[in-house]
Amino acid sequence: MALLEVENLQVHFRTPVGVNRAVDGVSFHVEEGETLAIVGESGCGKSVTSMSMLRLIPEPPGKIAGQVRFAGRDLLKLSDKEMRAIRGNDISMIFQEPMTSLNPVLTVGRQIGETLRLHQGLDAAAAEAKAVEMLTLVGIPAPERRVKEYPHQLSGGMRQRVMIAIALACNPKLLIADEPTTALDVTIQAQILDLMRDLKHRVGAAIVLITHDLGVVAEVAERVMVMYAGRKVEEAPVRELFSNPRHPYTQGLLGAVPKLGSSLSGESTRLAEIPGQVPSLTKPIQGCVFAGRCAIATDVCRTWAPALEMKAPRHVAACHYALKEAVAA
Amino acid sequence: MTRPLLEVNDLKKHYRIAGGLFGGKPSYVYAVDGVSFEVARGETLSLVGESGCGKSTVGRAVLRLFDITSGQVVLDGQRMDDASKDTLQTFRRRVQVVFQDPFSSLNPRMKVRDILAEPIRNFGLARSSAEVDERVNKLMDLVGLPREAVKRLPHQFSGGQRQRICIARALAAEPELIVCDEAVSALDVSVKAQIVNLLQDLQRELGLALLFISHDLAIVEHMTHRVAVMYLGKLVEVAPKRELFAAPRHPYTRALLSAVPLPEPGAQRERIILKGDVPSPVNPPKGCRFHTRCPHAFERCRVEEPELKIAPGDHWSACHLNDLPLAENPMVTPLAS
Repeated sequence: MALLEVENLQVHFRTPVGVNRAVDGVSFHVEEGETLAIVGESGCGKSVTSMSMLRLIPEPPGKIAGQVRFAGRDLLKLSDKEMRAIRGNDISMIFQEPMTSLNPVLTVGRQIGETLRLHQGLDAAAAEAKAVEMLTLVGIPAPERRVKEYPHQLSGGMRQRVMIAIALACNPKLLIADEPTTALDVTIQAQILDLMRDLKHRVGAAIVLITHDLGVVAEVAERVMVMYAGRKVEEAPVRELFSNPRHPYTQGLLGAVPKLGSSLSGESTRLAEIPGQVPSLTKPIQGCVFAGRCAIATDVCRTWAPALEMKAPRHVAACHYALKEAVAA
Repeated sequence: MTRPLLEVNDLKKHYRIAGGLFGGKPSYVYAVDGVSFEVARGETLSLVGESGCGKSTVGRAVLRLFDITSGQVVLDGQRMDDASKDTLQTFRRRVQVVFQDPFSSLNPRMKVRDILAEPIRNFGLARSSAEVDERVNKLMDLVGLPREAVKRLPHQFSGGQRQRICIARALAAEPELIVCDEAVSALDVSVKAQIVNLLQDLQRELGLALLFISHDLAIVEHMTHRVAVMYLGKLVEVAPKRELFAAPRHPYTRALLSAVPLPEPGAQRERIILKGDVPSPVNPPKGCRFHTRCPHAFERCRVEEPELKIAPGDHWSACHLNDLPLAENPMVTPLAS
């Protein structure tokens, strides 16, 4: 049994202009100790997917359906009290904005200690000692001093380290990281990615990494799921996905990113663009969600939505023509 | 030799943050502290660096959005930093800007037509309103938006389309130089590629010069001619694209390049992880500003500030390692990729 099994997850929002199908029938699983990346552009539903797994979506206007089985229990059926015992303990989350997700009026030590006192029943002194230990783990210099400081006294990179320390304090089995390095500079991003890789080996938590940055995916993920317009369009092990993308959207995404070193090999001077825009999610989409922007779309695509099909070992894609495409290439 | 379109000489911009009127020792943010570069006609110069390095401040100083502390901004041989209002009017026509956030840089109450017509009227580029319409239509064609869309308001467009409107507005004044301040950073991957391609096409068609301010090195490498790397208010390296990406000579540039995650799983390459954070520009380190994080720093770096020095291939860098014999300089080997 996998650690996390998400089945036919649907998250819909009631809006004045109709029902927004932010996530529309997504299924995936995460093994113990594995890193799964969920990739896609803004509005594809990747963040909503992660938030709804922890039931952080307000209902209403949101409505979550499907199953989210964590270690065999369906999280969507738990009471609020049972859910609170899981959040921050078995499953924890790192958000994008280290500036806004820390409480500005509490010391860093208090905020790390909070989860420990709540979930593991430590007293204040023990919690602080453990907080110092956690700050050491995430590589913050002078942790005994820093533990008494407030978030505004720390730089962006350090705040993100504190967020990671909070998330890991209770030894979670699953860590959900929603764009953990997007707000950071590249040299700081490199530090944080390095830290996450290192900690993964030491702590052994499974990670669901949500990102739009394919470079970050290539560096830390083992398996990748590509989302588009609220659906899963492709999933494969990371090397397979980058070397042999099957879905035209994935191919387009990979072509649209310039690679460092491109000027040296004298590659073409034009980026591949995906024409058009993401379709509105408030109207039902007939056929394939990507058909409107796809270069190889036919009437078949505009009429029938393609099912997710196994295109190669451990490699699924939702495209009527994906297999042919791959054989030809 | 032909004159460069834009020359920036020893530009400084310091902001006072304390002290002053009622005494107290004034302290300053040294946002930009002595930066010089040139941009030729039709050329793209990219200004790269991390947040707080002063790259946007340089862009805004070039646009003369504020008065600079000292130094010169020269457009086509004419000094602009101390220009009168009249000369500034023509200057503002010749130098335009595209900002990062297309959501906040368009007036939500103006129709696209009015947004585009404003600079045309302002600079007297059309004699009649029929001519204004003709120009507006041409601009829409140029940036790849449907002509009917001129009747709409900004909120009716997506982010990428809005950025096209911002570009059209900049082009309306028929500028020679456009400052792009993180112009594609807020866009999604697939839309980003569209806008990057558009900027390149426009540059070729119209012979525009671009001052492209960005932190995204892969995009910069894709579309620039030359690159200037900034760190804490100073230029540390300036070189043509190939020179800089193949064989960066400053340790900071090397670290920056090696920190960019590559979209190639399992890629083996040199990885330099810099320790610590960027120091505060209120109290920049003495000597070389990078010495606190530099893996190669030695005694001289802590006391003496290095100057930009030229190496073959129009390759400028400010590092004391340049004065070492070639065999001892770790910066002369090409990057392992």
